[in-house]
Amino acid sequence: MLFSRRFRTKRNGVVETRITDDERLLLAGLIGQLRELVLSTSPEGMVDPSLRRLYPTAYVDDTEHEMEYQRLMRDQLLERRLSHLDVVETTLDDHELDQENLNSWIMTINDLRLVLGTHLDVSENEEPSFLEDDDPQQHQSAVYHYLSHLLGELVEVASN
Amino acid sequence: MLNSLVDVSNQAETGTESAPVVTHDQTPSGLTDQDVPWVVLVWNDPINLMSYVTHVLQKLFGYSTEKATQLMLDVHNKGRAVVSNGTREKAELDVFRLHEYGLWATMQKDS
Repeated sequence: MLFSRRFRTKRNGVVETRITDDERLLLAGLIGQLRELVLSTSPEGMVDPSLRRLYPTAYVDDTEHEMEYQRLMRDQLLERRLSHLDVVETTLDDHELDQENLNSWIMTINDLRLVLGTHLDVSENEEPSFLEDDDPQQHQSAVYHYLSHLLGELVEVASN
Repeated sequence: MLNSLVDVSNQAETGTESAPVVTHDQTPSGLTDQDVPWVVLVWNDPINLMSYVTHVLQKLFGYSTEKATQLMLDVHNKGRAVVSNGTREKAELDVFRLHEYGLWATMQKDS
């Protein structure tokens, strides 16, 4: 039996959640902003720099196939992301998650980390450090650390 | 919060990394896509958690904990790892599923 601070797998496979109201409020705000951000990018338009990790290159040395891949897959990726966002939003106040919903949580929290991490320019050998109070990125950095911790717990309980 | 991310159109792009360029032997002429197996690579990146990468490889490909962990370590230590292979169609689907999970996956002809 696996116990973590926020999530616990029950015998029937359902995951019990123990996140605080403050955390739910924070996540609700982040999810709303992520939705706004991904929807602000038109399919053929420029991708917001913070979102580039959500739409990676598939073919590194084949421009023709790459254009085709982006043309066919980008909308699908967006659609999937939005549906996972919806799941997290509607289950945010629940105290239990089934495995499918848990997966949507994992994917959405990771999307948030990808966007924030890209924005904070997280580099390979350096975790974003906690910055001075007057640094405008201080709060984002703290949120990034929180999301990393939360994702670690979600993955741990999902891998059980 | 992501507040400042919502309008970043006036910001310079913060990162300079781009998809890695891989050189490999040219495909011999006369072969079609179907004749040449494709490989799917996952590249090291500074954001995805090691435990997350292992989890995704297990979930998408049904790999054992040991195999998924080894592939994740290859990605982490060597910069990349081949995580699946097959026809172009299969490789593209695998890449798409990896992209859905936010992993930095690319595909290329096996050389």
